[in-house]
Amino acid sequence: MLASLFRFKGGVKPPTHKAESTGRPIAPAPLPSRLVVPLHQSIGGTPKPVVAAGDRVLKGQLIGEADGWISAAVHAPTSGTVREIAMHVQPHPSGLDALCVVIEPDGKDEWIERQPVDYRLLPPEEVRERLQQAGVVGLGGAVFPTHGKLNPSKTVPMEELVINGAECEPFITCDDLLMRERAEEVVRGIAIFRDLLQPNKVLIGIEDNKPEAAAAMRAAVDALGEPFFVIQVPTLYPAGGAKQLIRVLTGKEVPAAKRSTDLGVQCFNVATAYTAWRAIAHGEPVVSRLVTVTGNVHEPRNYEVLIGTPMDELLKLATPHPDTDGIIMGGPMMGFLVPDIHVPVVKATNCLIAHNDRLFPPKAPEMPCIRCGSCAEACPHELQPFEMYWFARAKNFGKTQEYAIFDCIECGCCSYVCPSRIPLVQYFRFAKSEIWAREREKNAADGAKDRFEFKQFREDREKAEKAEKLAKAAAAQAAKKAAEAAAAAAAGDAAPATEAPVAVGAAEDPKKAAVAAAMARAKAQREAAQPKNMDAVTHEQEREMAAIDARREAAGIADAPPAAAEKKAD
Amino acid sequence: MDILLAIAIMALGAVVLGAALGYASIKFKVEGDPLVEKIEAILPQTQCGQCSYPGCKPYAEAIAKGEADINLCPPGGMEGVQRLADLLGREVKPLEAEEKPKQVAIIDEQTCIGCTLCIQACPVDAIVGAAKQMHTIIAPLCTGCELCLPPCPVECILMAPVSETIDNWKWKYPVVEIKPAALRDAA
Ligand code: SF4
Ligand code: SF4
Ligand code: SF4
Ligand code: SF4
Repeated sequence: MLASLFRFKGGVKPPTHKAESTGRPIAPAPLPSRLVVPLHQSIGGTPKPVVAAGDRVLKGQLIGEADGWISAAVHAPTSGTVREIAMHVQPHPSGLDALCVVIEPDGKDEWIERQPVDYRLLPPEEVRERLQQAGVVGLGGAVFPTHGKLNPSKTVPMEELVINGAECEPFITCDDLLMRERAEEVVRGIAIFRDLLQPNKVLIGIEDNKPEAAAAMRAAVDALGEPFFVIQVPTLYPAGGAKQLIRVLTGKEVPAAKRSTDLGVQCFNVATAYTAWRAIAHGEPVVSRLVTVTGNVHEPRNYEVLIGTPMDELLKLATPHPDTDGIIMGGPMMGFLVPDIHVPVVKATNCLIAHNDRLFPPKAPEMPCIRCGSCAEACPHELQPFEMYWFARAKNFGKTQEYAIFDCIECGCCSYVCPSRIPLVQYFRFAKSEIWAREREKNAADGAKDRFEFKQFREDREKAEKAEKLAKAAAAQAAKKAAEAAAAAAAGDAAPATEAPVAVGAAEDPKKAAVAAAMARAKAQREAAQPKNMDAVTHEQEREMAAIDARREAAGIADAPPAAAEKKAD
Repeated sequence: MDILLAIAIMALGAVVLGAALGYASIKFKVEGDPLVEKIEAILPQTQCGQCSYPGCKPYAEAIAKGEADINLCPPGGMEGVQRLADLLGREVKPLEAEEKPKQVAIIDEQTCIGCTLCIQACPVDAIVGAAKQMHTIIAPLCTGCELCLPPCPVECILMAPVSETIDNWKWKYPVVEIKPAALRDAA
């Protein structure tokens, strides 16, 4: 087994600076003055706050409810009072605010009622659900909700479960200490993952600069009688990248477009396994984590820190040197200077490095790329950083994608070796976020277009429906009126024959028909109201009347004679 | 004799190819106008009518016909003009109006009287509400077109620029590394 190690191309060997913080055992950090717990600490939906200002909470009580399947719950790290739910600066390179629950500890550190279970008696869905409810996320840095990675693929059989204890970044030692001191619980946690995923074998990868951790893990594996392989991998940054470790242990390469499960591999961090075990077997949600505090300090050490502890309070425990001018969260290769030293420790915080210019001398100004190719040689993903840099710099994002920019894991090897000191990774991050933003905009525009077109379609349809209804009503009216008129006309002296065309016409044009019907009605009325004194008129009187009618007609004020009216109506 | 055969072969070839082309032109007929679609894909679909056309598609059609200039869409900004110029091989022109950051409408729900006029004005169905009920904007769907502002009888709709959050924050173009001054008081 040990003989069949693979290797990945590239990689660098920066000074490890690990010995500083491994000399002392893990110490619990004291309760801070206040805890600022961000609600959004994992990939996926932002949990909804379920407490209000003024509430008393117990340690481990739910304060943020998972929103959707890919989202993990957030809990109160200690007992105390909720002071506010407000926006606070985040440990994020943007320096922007996000919603946090601020808790003032009461000093009692009183737990909720914990409900340990034997996971082997539970159906797998319930184990996953419990992990979600306990807020278990990947503690290696990616903070992906763990339960979301524990669904075995239906099509591809799970071959290898890779457990990541490589911890390749300089300065960071929290996984090392965890394996040294709490190996048994880590192994038990791995057993949970194994039982849920049913892989053929379980490979625990540890860099060969951590012999104590490897020995402790081997002893724990033997003591528990588990068939896990503890494998020491060569120390080479970034061997602890999930894709690199999978490559080294299994020889499989995971492309950007695929998930490792598609290749029958899944990868978890050792600290994740530990928290999963605590969550299931002790009923303790993730309220603390191990953080390495190192760099420009007197006493570098690993602390068990409550989530939400302000970083400056944590850093004070290790007594930073007076010339410290900032805090790096994460390692020197992939970490970043936090925007404000009061930002809280979150689930993704594995290491705090006190920064000063002696430890991290400022880079000399960037020079033009000389196309030496060192970056391509160092890239563990066999990319061509200088090409991607060229196009990212020119904002030609389509080209950067052709050079597989999304395969870049932002490990920083290329920037590390570049003789021209070009901050290559910053260009790649810029290009990636620009591409994502465009994608979002495009999707929003497509959605807007669809809704706009649907609204127009709906309005047209409503208009058509209305017109049709009106026409129908008018036609019915007209037909009714025409029928009435016909009946009235039949009762009077008018010839029914003259009415017929009007009725026929009505069907064709409701408005015209309505007019015609009204005229017919008036005529019928007029005819029905024949004067009664006409029976006994003399010839002279008749002549006189005819003359009057003729005059009136000539003046255009007479009621048109029936025949003329008919012609007009047609 | 040979020449007749040659002519016959060529004629046959012509007939066969002609038939094939004729068939292909029916079978693979392109629906709609591809140029209009390409132009429309560049327009931001805000549907605001600031270009003086009743929506992005009519404007795209007008551009395709050569009736409209390419610099009339303020939401698309200079970048949109640039992309249209690239697509159509026309010259880049400065935008006819000033560029504004993307905005989103907000209804003051206390003041709203529920007249439904804004719903009718919204081109992309981003407002929900019912007669005499409070109305509200579905912010992710709002394109910021401002068409709902004029019809509101109580003037309770206002526009706010879309704020930057951690989710939509973008890494900046790396020119000079700027370190926040607040870090000096660590330790
Ligand atoms: S290492 Fe730097 S100088 Fe050399 S090719 Fe890459 S980007 Fe250019
Ligand atoms: S940061 Fe990206 S491009 Fe640079 S070496 Fe790492 S994976 Fe390759
Ligand atoms: S100005 Fe632009 S966004 Fe507004 S309707 Fe015209 S093309 Fe669409
Ligand atoms: S137009 Fe104004 S008052 Fe009327 S429903 Fe819309 S927001 Fe309310």
